Amino acid sequence: MTRVVVDVMLKTEISDPQGQAVLSALTKLGHQGVQAVRQGKRFELEVTDPVDEAAIRQIADTLLANPVIEDFSVHVQT
Amino acid sequence: MKIDTVEAAGRTPDQEQPHAALGLRGDEYQRIRDILDRRPTSAELAMYSVMWSEHCSYKSSKVHLRPFGDLPSSERLMVGIGENAGVVDIGDGYAVTFKAESHNHPSYVEPYQGAATGVGGIVRDILTMGARPLAVMDPLRFGPPEAADTARVLPGVVAGVGGYGNCLGLPNIGGELVFDGCYAGNPLVNVLCVGVMRHEDIKLARAPGPGNAVIIFGSRTGPDGIGGASILASETFEDQKPTKRPSVQVGDPFTEKLLIECCLEIFAADLVVGIQDFGAAGLSCATTELASAGTGGMHVVLDEVPLRDQTMTCEEILMSESQERMCAIVEPDKVDGFLAICAKWEVRAAVIGTVNDSGRLTVEWRGEQIVDVPPRTVAHDGPVYERPLSRPDDQDALQADTPDRLSRPSSADELRDTLLGLIAHPNLADKTWVTEQYDSYVRGNTVLSQPEDAGVLRIDEQTHRGIALSTDGNGRYGRLDPYVGAQLAVAEAYRNVAVTGATPIAITDCLNFGSPEEPGVMWQFAESIRGIADACRELGLPVTGGNVSFYNQTGDVAIHPTPVIGVLGVLDDVRLRLRQGLGRAAGEQIALLGTTRAEFGGSQWAGIMHGHLGGLPPTADLAAEARLAGVLAQAAARQWLTAAHDVSDGGLAATLTESVLRYGVGAQISLPGDRFVALFSESAGRALVAGTAYGLAALEVACTEARVPVTRIGTVGGDELAIDGVTPIPLADLRTAWTDALPRLFGAVTPP
Repeated sequence: MTRVVVDVMLKTEISDPQGQAVLSALTKLGHQGVQAVRQGKRFELEVTDPVDEAAIRQIADTLLANPVIEDFSVHVQT
Repeated sequence: MKIDTVEAAGRTPDQEQPHAALGLRGDEYQRIRDILDRRPTSAELAMYSVMWSEHCSYKSSKVHLRPFGDLPSSERLMVGIGENAGVVDIGDGYAVTFKAESHNHPSYVEPYQGAATGVGGIVRDILTMGARPLAVMDPLRFGPPEAADTARVLPGVVAGVGGYGNCLGLPNIGGELVFDGCYAGNPLVNVLCVGVMRHEDIKLARAPGPGNAVIIFGSRTGPDGIGGASILASETFEDQKPTKRPSVQVGDPFTEKLLIECCLEIFAADLVVGIQDFGAAGLSCATTELASAGTGGMHVVLDEVPLRDQTMTCEEILMSESQERMCAIVEPDKVDGFLAICAKWEVRAAVIGTVNDSGRLTVEWRGEQIVDVPPRTVAHDGPVYERPLSRPDDQDALQADTPDRLSRPSSADELRDTLLGLIAHPNLADKTWVTEQYDSYVRGNTVLSQPEDAGVLRIDEQTHRGIALSTDGNGRYGRLDPYVGAQLAVAEAYRNVAVTGATPIAITDCLNFGSPEEPGVMWQFAESIRGIADACRELGLPVTGGNVSFYNQTGDVAIHPTPVIGVLGVLDDVRLRLRQGLGRAAGEQIALLGTTRAEFGGSQWAGIMHGHLGGLPPTADLAAEARLAGVLAQAAARQWLTAAHDVSDGGLAATLTESVLRYGVGAQISLPGDRFVALFSESAGRALVAGTAYGLAALEVACTEARVPVTRIGTVGGDELAIDGVTPIPLADLRTAWTDALPRLFGAVTPP
């Protein structure tokens, strides 16, 4: 079994209200120095070997991420 | 990156510009050069291209919309077509503003966010008039229920409408859900918002007074939805090149909620002289519209616009459609007070310019002049086309193919099976799957919402004055005869408002059509407008505003002409409103008001049972509709009735089903004439009513005086729908057929 991590983030040009809310909360709590926050999703998939990375990308593209507004990246952990 | 300045544009007249890629025709581009007497800068080109798009300029529809302006004036109309939304007087010093808009294309690309930002946009239009938004409604149309694309788009759209509206704390009080093959690939996502204010609080989109500050407030401007206005709404999907792929916008309802409260506090403190929301075409639209409606000039320093992404170009800033932004014109001594209220609500605000009397909109960026235009030429003097129109070649054949050839049920079992089959079709089935995802009662003033015929809101908690709203449209009728179809849409929304006991006072429209470049579509459009205008003239209703959505087509196939009409009515006392359910009083008797004819063209029976669309739509008798509405208003005020329900799609069969299932009390019905016609014809101008013996007797007298036909058809009671000549249907079976349809197609609802 291999762990494959898929990170899903809103595309950079898309507004991220959740990230902005976190940033606003940080400011109110007195944390200085954080200039921007973007929030995403992380999926950890336990995959039988050998890992078919193309298949994982298809899973990410069709189910885990909404490619109209989100980007994803696939990391095979070794 | 090199900045294209006004000075540079004067020096390099021959520099090539990508006008075609921005959606401008060669002659349109030449016209811009003629107006400016030089080539436009790239920033100016960006502004003209979005503002002269079909979506913003109404260039194909303008000539046809004139009949609305020619309607006789109404004493109720306070603000008419041309502002962000129309405003009508509902009495006691209250003014109500309401408008519907389409977000069809964005919702197809990204269902959740497309629908959500559609709600956000129309709510800001209502807010801009100075009103507190009160409620939303969502007329929705999708392809065949079993199509894969419908399964992709519908749940997202419904969740988006609900997600945004629920977060704003706005009740969703009604709408429509229609399935038809013509909407496959072109779902219609229309959203209506209604708001209220006192007469003296109406605000307008104008920028008067040299020296006044131009303030942008709300969300920061980001690179989302750039060119969406011109490209998304002006091109059909098949033409879409990768470079034109729209950058979808994401809505933030919590910011919008802050914006609403912030604006209302600013209005209450009387701190603005003009206000405009940022809709399609963003800053380009807001600045040119405000300037041309005011003193005539404005200077904007683009560097002052708060940005989410510092790498944006000036063209992108001018075109961005980032959501949740507003633009206000504020007198200099009130700027500090304005900014203080924004700070209180954590709304970002920045002074970006000044009003002047130069007659020019000038924009500066990085110390350079990048825009110098007469604002009116951008906002209002766009191209106007008299596009060719012609009656489609197949119209005669379509109308000749009447439903007379279709086999009709006749035995008691066949009639029962037809009834059950119809009410189990998603077009007529229970819509709870959708409406339970919406908060319909937040704010505590919803008197009626789905599944009732109209949404009813209490406006004043002391006097109980209220309003009723309904939206309706029928593309099948429109396809068969766009003139009559449009009249029937007005008639049905009018009737739905009237059956609550309210008096209809105004309409708004959301006109969904195919490509205006097709003569057949243009003919449908012109006929529909004529139909709406004639209906309004006959009913004495003003058109308060509207929205045109073209290019709803895939390849050569346009959607059915689908004008969706929203009708607003007034109830002097919402406690006297009528509801559709039977069984609220002992000994209720049932009557049918209006005339039933054998009218099956475009009917749900023909469509669902035979897949047939042909013949002529039902007769639109607007004088009869007005008489019916008068009787219903009188009956509600005198409390003669215990129930009233409109008869429309699916005929009396659908009306009876909804009325008996509302409270789970059955009925015994005996119908005059041909039972099939009585049950399934979709003749307009009819309503089912119930009341006590005394109440119905009083109604009959009033009906006789008003020349409204009235027919006693049965009594209330029992646990089945028993119709003479039709095998009786236990309510449990009826309910299963009616309620299971949508969950079976779209699964259980997962809470948001």
